[in-house]
Amino acid sequence: MFIWLDNLITLLTENVFKLDVNSAVGSSVHFFFYDTIKIIILLSVMIFAISYLRSYFPPEKTKKHLEKFSGITGNIMASLLGIVTPFCSCSSIPIFIGFVEAGIPLGVTFSFLITSPIVNEAAFAILLGSFGWKVALIYVASGVIIGVIGGLIIGKLKPEKYVEEYVYKIKMGESEPEKLSQKQRLFFAFDNVRDIVKRVWLFLLIGIGIGALIHGYAPQEILAKWAGPDNPFAVIISTVIAVPLYSNALGTIPIAEALIGKGIGIGTALAFMMATTALSLPEAILLKKVIKPKLIGIFFTVVSIGIIITGYFFNIIL
Amino acid sequence: MIVKILGGGCANCNRLEALTKEVLDENSVSYDLEHVKEMEKIMSYGVMKTPALVVDEKVIVSGRIPSKSDLRSLLIK
Repeated sequence: MFIWLDNLITLLTENVFKLDVNSAVGSSVHFFFYDTIKIIILLSVMIFAISYLRSYFPPEKTKKHLEKFSGITGNIMASLLGIVTPFCSCSSIPIFIGFVEAGIPLGVTFSFLITSPIVNEAAFAILLGSFGWKVALIYVASGVIIGVIGGLIIGKLKPEKYVEEYVYKIKMGESEPEKLSQKQRLFFAFDNVRDIVKRVWLFLLIGIGIGALIHGYAPQEILAKWAGPDNPFAVIISTVIAVPLYSNALGTIPIAEALIGKGIGIGTALAFMMATTALSLPEAILLKKVIKPKLIGIFFTVVSIGIIITGYFFNIIL
Repeated sequence: MIVKILGGGCANCNRLEALTKEVLDENSVSYDLEHVKEMEKIMSYGVMKTPALVVDEKVIVSGRIPSKSDLRSLLIK
């Protein structure tokens, strides 16, 4: 898809910077420019397209759909709707309360809350840019599976008593959902591109910069030995490192791209990505307004275990 | 007019507040603006996406930040 860009940057590296693309410095320079341009193009196009689609799936609609399903079907629907429903962490509390108020089981609500942040347009675009379609789609499928299973497990643990009492007393008002014009939907999509790019570009450049250095200079054998698929702790360590990082840190994924070229496992990189998006401290602080610390603990534990298992699974099969 | 911004104080909520003030000031509309941060009150408007904009107790925008011209046509009748 980006062969033209690859060729263009090769020309730039060789003719303008007078560097051999096969040398350490040349391949670093090539990696930096190629990845920066490729990811920014993908990020803008994907966020724009997905945001536009998402303007047709407001959470109010999702809620109405979920009221109709029970049992595991409810969890599956919640995870699938989690893919398309726009989700910003500032809306997680009203969505949580809205679902509870509508009588949607907590297990189903958690399926939504797990999948929705994992499967987001920025993560998808960056994975697509760094690893291609197959890995990006596997990532989406894993996000759904972790959401379904995680929600089922949390539902079985009778979490109702860990929800703050006031949540059950809130009565939701009625309001007519806005009817958006095409122009308003397009502006919404454009505004999302601007907002997300503004938040991640610096992390992305730092990530690509470090990635470029690794690409050109890091010795293969040492990395493969420490972070390769054969190191049994690599996935656990990358998940644990990712939890305190906010989702902007997904800009660091080009580091993983470079590392994979040097022999680290792809499951390790996917686990890192999922953990930065699904489990973040700011998210925990927000959720603390509506659920008790014990349930936050359960939520983080279940999702971490799910992510770690997924990481190992992909290190074995890919 | 009575204008309320619904939202728990996130960056986008503050952006919507600033834009609303800007549009109203430019059109010399007199208004009372309140930034509602309590969840109970936000939910009582039936809103699940923040930020939202309420004018005279009616939700006119939710879950998005409109363009300035869009907001102007929503606010100035």
